[in-house]
Amino acid sequence: MVNPLMNRKINRGINRVAKFILLFCFLVLAQWGNAQNKINGKKIYETRCLVCHQSDGGGVPNMNPPLDGATNVNGKDIARLVKIIRNGYDERVALDGMYYNNAMAANPDLKEDAIADVLTYIRTSWSNKAGVVTTSQVKAALLKNKAAKK
Amino acid sequence: MKKMTQFLSVAFLAFSLPVLAQENAGLKLPEGFKANLYANNIGGARHIAITKSGVVFAKLNNPNKEGNSIVRLEDANNDGVADKINGWAKYGGTGIFVKGNSLYASSNEAIFKYELNSKDEVVNPLAPVTIVSGLIDRRQHNSKSITFDMANNIYVNIGAYSNACQEKDRMPGSQGMMPCPILDSAGGIWKFDGSKENQTYKDGKRYGTGLRNVIGLDWNTSSNQLYVAQHGRDQLNSFYPNLYTDAQNAELPAETFYEIKEGDNAGWPYVYYDPSQHKKIVSPEYGGDSKKEGSSEFKDPAVAFPAHMAPMAVLFYTGNQFPAKYKNGAFISFHGSWNRAPLPQEGFFVAFVPFKDGKATGEWEIFANGFAGTENGAKIANPSKAKARPCGLAQGPDGSIYVSDDTKGAIFKITYSK
Ligand code: HEC
Repeated sequence: MVNPLMNRKINRGINRVAKFILLFCFLVLAQWGNAQNKINGKKIYETRCLVCHQSDGGGVPNMNPPLDGATNVNGKDIARLVKIIRNGYDERVALDGMYYNNAMAANPDLKEDAIADVLTYIRTSWSNKAGVVTTSQVKAALLKNKAAKK
Repeated sequence: MKKMTQFLSVAFLAFSLPVLAQENAGLKLPEGFKANLYANNIGGARHIAITKSGVVFAKLNNPNKEGNSIVRLEDANNDGVADKINGWAKYGGTGIFVKGNSLYASSNEAIFKYELNSKDEVVNPLAPVTIVSGLIDRRQHNSKSITFDMANNIYVNIGAYSNACQEKDRMPGSQGMMPCPILDSAGGIWKFDGSKENQTYKDGKRYGTGLRNVIGLDWNTSSNQLYVAQHGRDQLNSFYPNLYTDAQNAELPAETFYEIKEGDNAGWPYVYYDPSQHKKIVSPEYGGDSKKEGSSEFKDPAVAFPAHMAPMAVLFYTGNQFPAKYKNGAFISFHGSWNRAPLPQEGFFVAFVPFKDGKATGEWEIFANGFAGTENGAKIANPSKAKARPCGLAQGPDGSIYVSDDTKGAIFKITYSK
């Protein structure tokens, strides 16, 4: 005989376990998704970015800025990063106090999810721990950049 | 516990001392040569120049922590190490040259002249005379290296602000522009009068063209001719993966050393030099397929070096201290590559090019190595890991040579004794 109070307790317990399992599955999936993003991002990095920013993200002194440890790369302004990848970057600006002479070409053919993946890769590699960039963030950034242009 | 710390610190000292006072400042040199650190941490030192009395001037890429971008160094007590160091000037740049009682220095768009007094001190640090201004600086390849002939003419490199003169620079698939419009005002060596003030493009003359970016140049006084070392183009594999593998890109194109006579054309951006085919090859942006041979109107190099090592300075050796084989030969400093990646980088050394009867023999050898500071000379994957990157070269009055480094700003002095 199970008294109603016990029953409620058991139910609550099962509920909790179910919630936990769900959350766990979600986290695993999300992690797995992130890992996939990062693997794809690494591929893009190796074919398009590595030559200039180098395998260790350390860049080339005076020519190409480091991405490892860079304030902007780890920062909150995703729209700026998206714009740099899409449109390229060739301005006389100081990055973490240093000037770089090379010109970064645009990547007009990189789709939103690919931009998200490569940004995820540079923001979570080497010593960078800034976290994931999602495709919807990239979409929003592209809209924002478009609006700003008008 | 206290004993333990004492022991540890003694052990630490014993370990670190040999590192602090490395033999030959960590360099590997031929038999009979020695090196020491003449100066360190003066700020990224591009080219250097030395007066008859042995005062060294270094042009810094950017102002150092004292806010100076030209540094004067003197070894007053003659122990091989600079002991009087000061500086001035706010503009970053590369070129510096001593001619008689004048010191010339360049920013990335102009050339200035200072006067030296009898102690080789600069008389007018805050009021130099502008010799040339208005030279193109679009960031990429903007170093304005300078040298002089024997008749007081200045030769200045104006680098092309582009990799291969594509319609869109460094954009995969973008075609080369025909003719390349950059060559009217850059991508070559311009000649100006060293004594005339306030010159600009219209007062100068394009002396040699088709040179993508020359940072190292020097006048060979024994044959009365200009020699320049060019930085070859980048990224053949990333733009044309069907034509070039990563491994081929790492070896293409050669870094080239040319004897330049007035009117010569070295062929950038239309051709590049392939060191294994011993040919000028049509650039893929101009219809090349990695084999099609380029026009013979373009100059062949006097020496072809491995790709991407980035020649930074040329110095014809006129001293008597070094063995006879070095006399009137050329030293060339190599900064070390970056776009051999993903393959390991090369360079980070000073090479020697022997000359015979006023001509390069085509041979070359490594003269001073070890600037990168890796364990047992291991290859370096990323240039930012190099401890020092050779840049400027100059000869002292006693025939020693000096090599500057543009990372933290070391100056190495290399001497010879039997
Ligand atoms: C041809 C060399 C080159 C390539 C290839 C290249 N970059 Fe860059 N990148 C640069 C240079 C040079 C700058 C700085 C430009 C400036 O100062 O105007 C830069 C800047 C950046 C910045 C801004 C850094 C900061 O601190 O604000 C990011 C982010 C970046 N690059 C990411 C990438 C990614 C991702 C790729 C590949 C899709 C890539 N780059 C490919 C040369 C390159």
